[in-house]
Amino acid sequence: MRYTIRVNGRRRVVQSDADTPLLWVLRDDLRLTGSKFGCGIAYCGACTVHLDGVPARACVTPISAVGNAAIVTIEGIGRSHWGRRVKSAWLDLDVMQCGYCQAGQVMTATALLARNPRPTDADIDQAMRNNICRCCTYTRIRAAIKRAAGLPTADTREADHG
Amino acid sequence: MDNDAASVHPDHPPSTPSAPARLSRRAFVTASLTAGGGLLLTLHLPAAARAAGAPTERSESAEINPFISIAPDGIVTIMAKNPEIGQGMKTTLPMLIAEELDVEWKNVRAKQAMLDPIYGPQFAGGSLGTPLNWIPMQQVGAAGRQMLIEAAARIWHVPPGECRAAKGMVHHRPTGRALPYGALARKAAALRPPELDSVTLKSPKDYTIIGKFTGGIDSPRVLDGDRLFGIDVIVPQMSYAVYEKSPVFGGRIVRANIEEIRALPGVRAAFIVRGSAPDAAIKMGLVDGVAIVADRWWDAEKARRKLRVEWTPQARSRQSTQAFAQEAARLMRSSAHSIIRRDGDVDAALARAAKVLKATYSYPFLAHATLEPQNCTAHVRPDGSVEIWAPTQNPDSGAHLVAQTLGIDPGKVKVHMTRCGGGFGRRLSNDYMVEAAMIAKRTGRAVKVLWDRTQDFHHDAYRPAGFHAFTAGLAASGKPVAFRDHFVTFGQDGQVASSANLPRDHFPAGYVPSLEYGQSLLQLDVPTGPMRNPGGNALAFAFESFIDELAHAGGLDPLALRLDLYGPPRVLSAPPPRGGLRIPPFDTGRVRGVLELVAQKSGWKRRGALPAGTGLGLAFYYSHFGYVAEVVKAGVNPDGTPKVHKIWAAVDIGRQIINPAGAYNQVQGAVLDGLGQALHLLITVENGRVVQRNFDTYHLLRMDEAPPVEVHFLLSDNDPTGLGEPALPPVLPALCNALFAASGTRIRSLPIDRLHSHHARA
Ligand code: FES
Ligand code: FES
Repeated sequence: MRYTIRVNGRRRVVQSDADTPLLWVLRDDLRLTGSKFGCGIAYCGACTVHLDGVPARACVTPISAVGNAAIVTIEGIGRSHWGRRVKSAWLDLDVMQCGYCQAGQVMTATALLARNPRPTDADIDQAMRNNICRCCTYTRIRAAIKRAAGLPTADTREADHG
Repeated sequence: MDNDAASVHPDHPPSTPSAPARLSRRAFVTASLTAGGGLLLTLHLPAAARAAGAPTERSESAEINPFISIAPDGIVTIMAKNPEIGQGMKTTLPMLIAEELDVEWKNVRAKQAMLDPIYGPQFAGGSLGTPLNWIPMQQVGAAGRQMLIEAAARIWHVPPGECRAAKGMVHHRPTGRALPYGALARKAAALRPPELDSVTLKSPKDYTIIGKFTGGIDSPRVLDGDRLFGIDVIVPQMSYAVYEKSPVFGGRIVRANIEEIRALPGVRAAFIVRGSAPDAAIKMGLVDGVAIVADRWWDAEKARRKLRVEWTPQARSRQSTQAFAQEAARLMRSSAHSIIRRDGDVDAALARAAKVLKATYSYPFLAHATLEPQNCTAHVRPDGSVEIWAPTQNPDSGAHLVAQTLGIDPGKVKVHMTRCGGGFGRRLSNDYMVEAAMIAKRTGRAVKVLWDRTQDFHHDAYRPAGFHAFTAGLAASGKPVAFRDHFVTFGQDGQVASSANLPRDHFPAGYVPSLEYGQSLLQLDVPTGPMRNPGGNALAFAFESFIDELAHAGGLDPLALRLDLYGPPRVLSAPPPRGGLRIPPFDTGRVRGVLELVAQKSGWKRRGALPAGTGLGLAFYYSHFGYVAEVVKAGVNPDGTPKVHKIWAAVDIGRQIINPAGAYNQVQGAVLDGLGQALHLLITVENGRVVQRNFDTYHLLRMDEAPPVEVHFLLSDNDPTGLGEPALPPVLPALCNALFAASGTRIRSLPIDRLHSHHARA
């Protein structure tokens, strides 16, 4: 089957079985390897891309289901306002260790801020809990999201507990 | 892996601390001119110096390689010799060189080196990157600076002593003249470099790079989605492959529906590969499997789902977690098969004790679960030479495995080290590398082998499970006077399995007068191996929890008991040097330092004032030359799951934190990694195979469970040591001790999951 999809603002034509996950079309056919493979079952978030601005798990999204949705990947997210802010906050706070999960983290965090520019710790927990970081950089991910939002980066959850 | 016992190996770091290695007297740098008119500093590392730290020796000839180059425009390129697995070495080691070279960090580029004996040890393991390289990397940088100063002095006809270097320039103060390094490169290249041992290193007060918050050198590229990881490698005319292996360890292929697979869309080739040896599964070598090669990975993976393989029936397929536990319980009722250590007469001391405590602790197998699944790209050329692109922590060992399996000279294996999407010890084994090499050889073209997550769970070198039957006797004062551990662990034919041993000097050995460590082995046909802080990641939970039990039973403050056991600050005698490492002595003053610091920061003394249902727990662990004490503040949710409010860590890894950006990250990450293990992680063996298949059944810690982690470094006057591992172990017992303080429930088996399933206060 031939599919025409829109990736990072460009029209791309790919030849693929209908059931091939978008992740492999991006990685192996279009050579956009920024989106990562972690689990293949929508459990880790490493493959997160945006479909019309909404985070989606590319590993379980068949190419046939993409249709005309605007696909944005880590390679293109820096062109958006929130994508740029999130990426620079990530670098300012040196969030990553191995970095493998971070494309997915950035994509999810960008979608969170685009929807909710002043997230609370609870909002961050809710939005980010489906992105695994095996290196456990959660402390800095939380702080970087707040920094991108222009909020104080202190973690207030412990103080709340008293 | 067979290695010289005297060498420092990532799988087997010295159990005692070490001082930084110095480059051998015979190591030296030479200088030359680059084609573009820049300065090239080349490090010559004689075979002896390399052998001191190299996992295995590849060649005896003194070889050379460009290590640092300074271009006419002042851009400095430094070869990053070690693999980057997220521990930050690709940033840390160039920082050390750049500091002494006196260049601005923004003008430094790090280039990943290939595997090459001239770099000396190239591995990521044992938290050895810092102690092995701290001095040598600074010396190399300082040698370069000295030559650039010399070059400027000659141009100006002034004594070198009147010149100084700063920010990539040499200045002559008396006349106010200055020249950039780029302009000095040609002149410096003609000079004779100084002896490395003769160079003067900077005083720490003059540091401009060391000690500064420095972001990961490749981080911007990671966030741009650049191709850095093994899984991202693309080489011309590459195919993709999957490799199906027996889910029961050691299974061999009887037959498979190869013809049917070959006919599937996109499949280029499908064939059976024979494993290299019957015990290859345990040794993490090449095992039997079916290779499917296709133009896209997804096509190969789809075809694999149609694969039907008949495996040999395995007697060992009856091995299971449950059977191990039953057998361990039986063994623990009798005396240990062998004695690891015996001090005094434990039975007599127990008979005299005011109080005797017994407890049994156990912990499960664990998987490494690097987020980037195992993968490797390989190309075997018609002349038999092999080119490998791999995320590996141990490239040299991988090259040897490939050479041995393919029957070629190790010198014919070229290894490109890619960034690793996590290591944690998994990539010290190179089983995926040898698979890729063999499949590439059979197909005659470049092939990228990628495992899916289930394969990654099913083919690991697991953190071994273990069982401890503790008995301790307390004096009337509450102080332990007798201590026994009957450790039931795993082995193969009488040999303790990889990473399944109890070191004879493990605390409290040497601090309790009558003590015995005994050991019994369960036969294991599941591969095991080092996982971040091997030994410590399991032993700390058992020992430091039981020490907490002793404190409570003896009516003592757990902090006071530890301070009392370690005793007054003193330096214990140092073991002999090992390989390139001088082993510094164990210092009880450093133990006291971090214990007191963490107590102060966490409000330990005021813990009685916490609301009911909230408790603090404390633990200390010494490993990989680092001294770490941690306190966890926790309670219990209504559904019985632990609620962790906050964690404090006090860490002593010497006088200098080289890169605070990486250092705090490593500690916080290690603490949360350990927390996740304690809360949820479990690998179960049933019928000789691993049950867990993906992250839906292996619950890695997530954002909403990650509490704040407050880190404090205690700067003691000792050479800096590594940080990838030492902060992990204490959090497991500290959490369990906190849950006891909060609820009265003592956790004696991991993972915790819910407190209901554990023992309430006796
Ligand atoms: S790879 Fe898609 S969620 Fe894990
Ligand atoms: S940084 Fe390694 S998995 Fe997140």
